Amino acid sequence: MNNQRNPTISKGVDTTLIWLYLLLVAIGLLSIFSVTYHEGDDVLRSFLNFKTDYSKQLIFFAVSLLIGLFILLTDSKFFTATANIWYAFGILLLLLVFPFHTNVHGTESIIRLGGFNLQPAELAKLFVCLALAKYLSRVETDFNKTSSHLMAAGIIFLPALITIAQKETGLALVFLAFFLVMFREGLPAGYLIVGFSLAVLVVATLLLDKNVLAIILTAIAILTIYFGWRFTRQRRELVIIVAVVWACCVGVQRFAVPFIFTKVLQKHQVERIFSLIGRENPYAKLNTVEGDEAPVAVKKDTDYNVRQSKIAIGSGGFAGRGFLKGTQTRFDFVPEQRTDFIFCTIGEGFGFIGCVAVLGIYIFLLLRIVNMAERQRSVFSRCYAYGVASVFFFHIAINICMTIGLAPVIGIPLPFISYGGTSLISFSTMLFILVRLDADRQMVLR
Amino acid sequence: MSVFNQSRSNIIRLIFLGLFLIIVVQLFNLQIIQGKYKQLAMDNAVFAKVKYPDRGIIYDRKNRPILNNTIMYDLVVVPNEARKTDTFGLCEILGIDTAEFKKRILEARIKNGPYRPSIFEDLLEPQLQARLDENIWKFPGFALVERPVRVYPFNAAAHIMGYIGEADSNIIKRSGGFYHMGDYVGRNGMEAYYERVLMGQRGVEFLLKDNKNRLVGNYEKGRFDTPAIRGRNLHTYIDIELQQLAEKLISGKVGSVVALDPKTGGILAMASGPNFDPNALTGPDKQTNYTKMVLDVSAPLLNRAIKGQYPPGSTYKPLGALIALDEGVISPSSGIGCTGAYYGCNRVVRCTEHWQGHSANLRLSIAWSCNSFFSDVFRRTLDNPAYHSSRAGLVKWTEYMRAFGMGHRIGVDLPSEDGGNVPDTTQYDKEYRRSWNSCTMVTIGIGQDKLTVTPLQMANTMAIIANKGFYYIPHFVKNIENETEKDTVLNKFRQKHEVLTHIPDDVYEIVQDGMQDVVENGTAKVARIPGINICAKTGTAENKRGLDGKVIQLKDNSMFVCFAPREDPKICVAVVVENAGYGATWAAPIGSLIVEKYLTDSLRTERMAEVKRISEANIMPDFLPRVQFITDSTRAWKWFNLTKDSAYIRKYMPTHNGIRRTAPLPASNVVTSVRDQMINKNLYAKRSTTDKNNP
Repeated sequence: MNNQRNPTISKGVDTTLIWLYLLLVAIGLLSIFSVTYHEGDDVLRSFLNFKTDYSKQLIFFAVSLLIGLFILLTDSKFFTATANIWYAFGILLLLLVFPFHTNVHGTESIIRLGGFNLQPAELAKLFVCLALAKYLSRVETDFNKTSSHLMAAGIIFLPALITIAQKETGLALVFLAFFLVMFREGLPAGYLIVGFSLAVLVVATLLLDKNVLAIILTAIAILTIYFGWRFTRQRRELVIIVAVVWACCVGVQRFAVPFIFTKVLQKHQVERIFSLIGRENPYAKLNTVEGDEAPVAVKKDTDYNVRQSKIAIGSGGFAGRGFLKGTQTRFDFVPEQRTDFIFCTIGEGFGFIGCVAVLGIYIFLLLRIVNMAERQRSVFSRCYAYGVASVFFFHIAINICMTIGLAPVIGIPLPFISYGGTSLISFSTMLFILVRLDADRQMVLR
Repeated sequence: MSVFNQSRSNIIRLIFLGLFLIIVVQLFNLQIIQGKYKQLAMDNAVFAKVKYPDRGIIYDRKNRPILNNTIMYDLVVVPNEARKTDTFGLCEILGIDTAEFKKRILEARIKNGPYRPSIFEDLLEPQLQARLDENIWKFPGFALVERPVRVYPFNAAAHIMGYIGEADSNIIKRSGGFYHMGDYVGRNGMEAYYERVLMGQRGVEFLLKDNKNRLVGNYEKGRFDTPAIRGRNLHTYIDIELQQLAEKLISGKVGSVVALDPKTGGILAMASGPNFDPNALTGPDKQTNYTKMVLDVSAPLLNRAIKGQYPPGSTYKPLGALIALDEGVISPSSGIGCTGAYYGCNRVVRCTEHWQGHSANLRLSIAWSCNSFFSDVFRRTLDNPAYHSSRAGLVKWTEYMRAFGMGHRIGVDLPSEDGGNVPDTTQYDKEYRRSWNSCTMVTIGIGQDKLTVTPLQMANTMAIIANKGFYYIPHFVKNIENETEKDTVLNKFRQKHEVLTHIPDDVYEIVQDGMQDVVENGTAKVARIPGINICAKTGTAENKRGLDGKVIQLKDNSMFVCFAPREDPKICVAVVVENAGYGATWAAPIGSLIVEKYLTDSLRTERMAEVKRISEANIMPDFLPRVQFITDSTRAWKWFNLTKDSAYIRKYMPTHNGIRRTAPLPASNVVTSVRDQMINKNLYAKRSTTDKNNP
């Protein structure tokens, strides 16, 4: 409308979302504080000397707010116009990691810039979100065509593959969240059915003996042909389709899964997956041929994180042990306490009530974003909003599920609460761009 | 197109809600349904630390502490923090090499783990502690930690006090889990007997620990902690100066001195020779000292006052007279005509006195210690016409003796007391196939035969005579600090034992007259103290032992018992000096000095020479070095057999022209067969274990 003439940043800004955001960051700061604080520390001084984690997080928060302010001052068209450039920039950053990465915690995804660790994989989510929205909102994109599906998938998978190459499989999985955006934009349900079936097949492969599974698959195929025989006239096609599907399934079960588990995934990730489902790793032998660690020790180690995390959350009980009273979280029993397992602090300190409250804030945030998405006039804004919602959802769901033993331990942070500069800044940026776009929801952006 | 797909937004909302619901259900399961996690978190993070109370202190009768608590220092190390320590500097101060250093660090790591402190060197010498204290900043990971230790300010009463040591697995098992590893327990003496009183009550402190087992603070600000309750003090009858004197006098001798208060049964002093300084078993060298004493054949650790069993000899005689008087078989005027021996039985019992009239009545017989008279008294007791046989007489006599506290543990408040032996009918039935009469054991009348008593029991007989018929069980502890109804341990010591009921006081006077005569003009003239009427009896007992396959006659055991003053008895003393000759030479002067010290609270200056003479005299038996050699070489030989390590046995090999013979020890048939057996046993043991492993 007329916002060029009257550039107040508050106009059209969704204040509810901003409040939710501030609330979550505050919860995050308190949680990090309760992990790092030791009795007798001078709180005010350590908050100001910027050496403790919570004071550092405070700086990251300030930086996020500054970036947010700049975004709110920017014209919405800037984002549509530069989406592809940002994407290219993101890919470039990801590639720059290979020559310039530093070794931190065994990952190869971090560039060190002065005193700051930059993880391009975190930022890539934002750029993919923009680029995907840009692509889907193009006038010439016909999302009924398979070529468009492939193009969109390409936009998603390019950075995902680079991230896998940097041994950050967890972060790469996040890109799968964008399928929700494509689903909303009309991706045929068949993709989802195939994808879901594939997931079931992989889980079944991990849970069942490979020969038993092969027999089950064969039985299903024979039964399909037997019952299908009466209902169709194109019996030859039926047999061929069933045979091909059967072959694919057995192929996945026999070759693809073992390949992924021995060659693509890291050993510790495989162990985490198997420790989650409570089985011995059947690929351990294949893994240890090259490695030198004893599989037993690895297993114990991977169990440890989740067990301690479950003890921490479980010991919270209904109302929690109180702020700063949790022994599990305050004495480093849970590894990666401040970052990936920050939810334990809430679970131990504030119990079931606290957890449900935090989950309530999150679900309110997610549903709010979905509602915002649906009120957009421009496809770009809507796609972008769905992208943000999907990424947040994936992070929240997987992160909390791994702390309570429902998902394998993949190191992805809890949005706005986990300690970490890159993640807080990138999540904040995503959110503020959304707020900016939403403020101009009456405009049609191309 | 987008409008077309709008329904899908609801599907996405449903997916979001569905997954959140799953999470909430799992949280509900973890936090509310499953209760185990709270306990698991407690186990993880809370460490119950035992707080050790101070042990009680033992005071003498004038409230001087016989033992006390002090602080010594242990050097402890946290292995993981000690990586950057100045190893060479520390090794130099401690006087160890780096290999030993590494070994100890490894031991600490195994014992308590890399993050918890373990003892690196315990009970440091004060000098060493001072040097380490100055330089401790150079050794990160090392620290000096206080440790309460017993200290004995008077360097005395080692045998009575006993010692404390860490509870071993045996003690822990026997206590039914009361003690834990690392607890200190009284291992001997009063420390052991009054363990429950002295130890106090352990406290518990709940501490928080982190993921590496480092302690980080109090749990809930100590709301659940129980404080340790200090052990209660003991007040004893011991007179520590008297105890010191007794120990001084008995040093360099094998024997014992016991002094007790007849009115209460309280033990004033109890010394055993050879003795040792109790502080030798507390300091840094305690292990070395202990080993040395254990291996010494003169057995300095043995408390001979309660474990030495001696035939009482003539010191038994007044008691024998009292039994006969109580039974009514003699009267104070009874006498016999002894001319140097007793001929009443088939064998002759010799008497040291030959002149006519020394056994004309009871008083004279006691004063001159007439063997004939007391042999006769004993036979009269057994062949009492009131009973039908000497068997019944012996039973009656045994009853008396047991009532006097002999033939069984008298019940002093020290562990592992011995009871001596009062022979009864079964012993003689066994030996003489039931055909014996009063002549068989006639020498019991002069304190020989199978009768053995401990010095403590001897002192107690004096209490019976001094008290005119009763005694209290000898004991050390007068009272326990804050004593309550529940402290039943002292009850038995407050119970009067009336043992002689038929003797009128004037008859006691006659016995006591006889005993006073012993000091005034009898065998114990050396014991006389001007102004104090002492009643005493000396004793001499024959002594034989086997050595190198022969029985050798040793010098007699010198014995002395007394009480004083006669009018109002305050102290009873029993002294035994092994292989020292007549009772009058060593035992009587010792007893006299003890009496004088206690009754006048000091010694006359002219007596100091006597103290010096006795305390400096070394009358350790001559056979001891030979016995020591035999014991040590036998041990070395066993060691050699077990380990094939000849380092120790070499010392005991006979030398020829100053050159050590290299040939092995003479392999007599007996020795080889024993050795073969041992080897065979070893092989057999090995085979059986391998069989177990590979069936």
